[in-house]
Amino acid sequence: MSNRATNLLVPIISVILGLLVGAVIMLVSGYDPLKGYAALWNGIFGDLYTIGETIRQITPYLLAGLAVAFAFRSGLFNIGVEGQLIVGWFAAAYVGVAVELPKIIHLPLAILAAAAAGALWGFVPGLLKAKFRVHEVIVTIMMNYVALHVTNALIRTVSDGGDRTGNIYASASLRSEFLQNLTEFSRLHFGIIIALVMVGVMWIILEKTTLGFELKAVGFNQNASQYAGMNVNKNIILAMVISGAFAGLGGAMEALGTFEYVSSKGGFTGIGFDGIAVALLGMNTPLGVIFGATLFGSLKYGALNMPNAAGIPIEIVEIVIAVIIFFVASGYIIRLLLLRASAKKKEAK
Amino acid sequence: MSFLEVLYFIVPSAIFYAAPLILVAIGGVFSERSGVINIGLEGLMVIGAFVGILFNLLYADTFGSATPWVALVAAMLAALLLSLLHAVASITFRADQVVSGVAINLLAAALSIYLVKRIFDKGQTDFITERFSRYNVPFLSDIPVIGPLLFKSVYNTSFFAIGIAVLAWFVIYKTPFGLRLRAVGEHPMAADTMGINVTRMRYIAVMISGGLAGIGGAIYAQTITNDFGHATINGQGFMALAAMIFGKWHPLGAMGAALFFGFAQSLSIVGSSIPYISEIPNVFLLILPYVLTILALAGFIGRAHAPLAIGKPYIKGQR
Repeated sequence: MSNRATNLLVPIISVILGLLVGAVIMLVSGYDPLKGYAALWNGIFGDLYTIGETIRQITPYLLAGLAVAFAFRSGLFNIGVEGQLIVGWFAAAYVGVAVELPKIIHLPLAILAAAAAGALWGFVPGLLKAKFRVHEVIVTIMMNYVALHVTNALIRTVSDGGDRTGNIYASASLRSEFLQNLTEFSRLHFGIIIALVMVGVMWIILEKTTLGFELKAVGFNQNASQYAGMNVNKNIILAMVISGAFAGLGGAMEALGTFEYVSSKGGFTGIGFDGIAVALLGMNTPLGVIFGATLFGSLKYGALNMPNAAGIPIEIVEIVIAVIIFFVASGYIIRLLLLRASAKKKEAK
Repeated sequence: MSFLEVLYFIVPSAIFYAAPLILVAIGGVFSERSGVINIGLEGLMVIGAFVGILFNLLYADTFGSATPWVALVAAMLAALLLSLLHAVASITFRADQVVSGVAINLLAAALSIYLVKRIFDKGQTDFITERFSRYNVPFLSDIPVIGPLLFKSVYNTSFFAIGIAVLAWFVIYKTPFGLRLRAVGEHPMAADTMGINVTRMRYIAVMISGGLAGIGGAIYAQTITNDFGHATINGQGFMALAAMIFGKWHPLGAMGAALFFGFAQSLSIVGSSIPYISEIPNVFLLILPYVLTILALAGFIGRAHAPLAIGKPYIKGQR
């Protein structure tokens, strides 16, 4: 079996195994897995409304996945996507409520603010990694909590002690009557187009620019890149900044499209952490991210239908996602088993 | 309020908040000293908290006032089992240890709430009736100053946590087992050459970390929240991870850092009733542990060195 085929098979096998484990858990805990998965299916594709909502859910997953994948390609593990997304969400919502401008200025401004906030949140771990060789995983985890508490405090300040901002002005909104009419008034918004454009942007940066070449080189081997005359530190910081900007855009999707406000949070949104799953499943390629985001976004939204239609807690889908990550991460063992299976086939011949 | 009164108020509550952090951070020290990153501490704590509360609710009639302690054992075993999953993935399957830890966190959070909903038909459990209770240590609490500071209305779990920290220091620095543990984390190939079974050592270390994290989670749930829901642990595991790093991967350092973070946490909760501190915006106290950890890592507060072989799966015969 060729290397390429194995690379494609690992995620697919992981997804199947994840769904199987989910079925076993449902069976053991006394639910009907067939009914459960039927409810999940209907929750994703049931009617035009659910399809619209599913696509809306996929939108931030695309951007969170891109953020994680982009950092991964430069050899960095950005667990801070969650925090970068939260500050982006706040920044976009703040620009959305603070000023009223013509749409042609307001909307891009709010989106840029989100990207800038996320980029700033990514810049800190990037700088610390470049200057002091501090491991980015720990710093980004800490930055997540700082983001959570700081945005909560800012929301309180902005809303005079309340726990959510007002709704953003229509001039900063991504909502679209056209898309809503198309999907029986779901909250589907223009963000999906931005997200898909960003997939293209990431592909162009990585495959068609000198910057992308350098970033990937640093990801493969820092010493070799240094020797070849590349500025490794600059590339590390840039990778984190760009990754943070993608994550911040993910926050803008929630602020300007789905909710049109930001409220203080007791815990994380989970989108950033699921972004890790999206990137891993997509093998850190732009196209793969589309695949991963579609799968996880659909599962996440479809799960909402499971308690009503089958009486099964929505957490079953999160269990399935965790198991999928587990198997993708353990790809070594799946590869080994595949290799043995194909070797046996050859012997039989 | 005089300064001493403020201390009497804040120090016991700091120790109270620190106890679970100490145990989980010590667990992290064991795992990471053997070379296995354990981001999954948060998830292991969640499972510990869930199983501890569940056991407490189910068997309160059987064990009476000993229930919380027996629940700790149950929580330890459950978290130990879950940590085994992390061990298999990161040691045997050579998975990326951070990714595997993330999977553990997601799995624990989802599985525990799934089971809560299955068993209780709602988002959180009932409140437990048998809990750890405060008491005054006889004689010691009568000592002036130190008595009310350290021995009045305390939990036994706090002494337990500090005892474990000292024990961990002894095990890691004064026993052959500890020497092997550190060797495996610094230079597994050298350790292997000397006849130490790297895989076995790492499995044991990860399981110790799982067990301690489970106990820590159960203590947290049975002293602070008294029930279990999705927001019960809410980042305590990551806080413990921060304490471990701030303590420079040393058991006593981790304990000190955990005590300090417990102090910061209790300040953010009771600080509003203390003069001066009530004027500091709460958000600064909330982010203090995280900012300090970042500063510590950046070398502004002494250089922290991670074990050399951390995060790398050991593959025999590979240089």
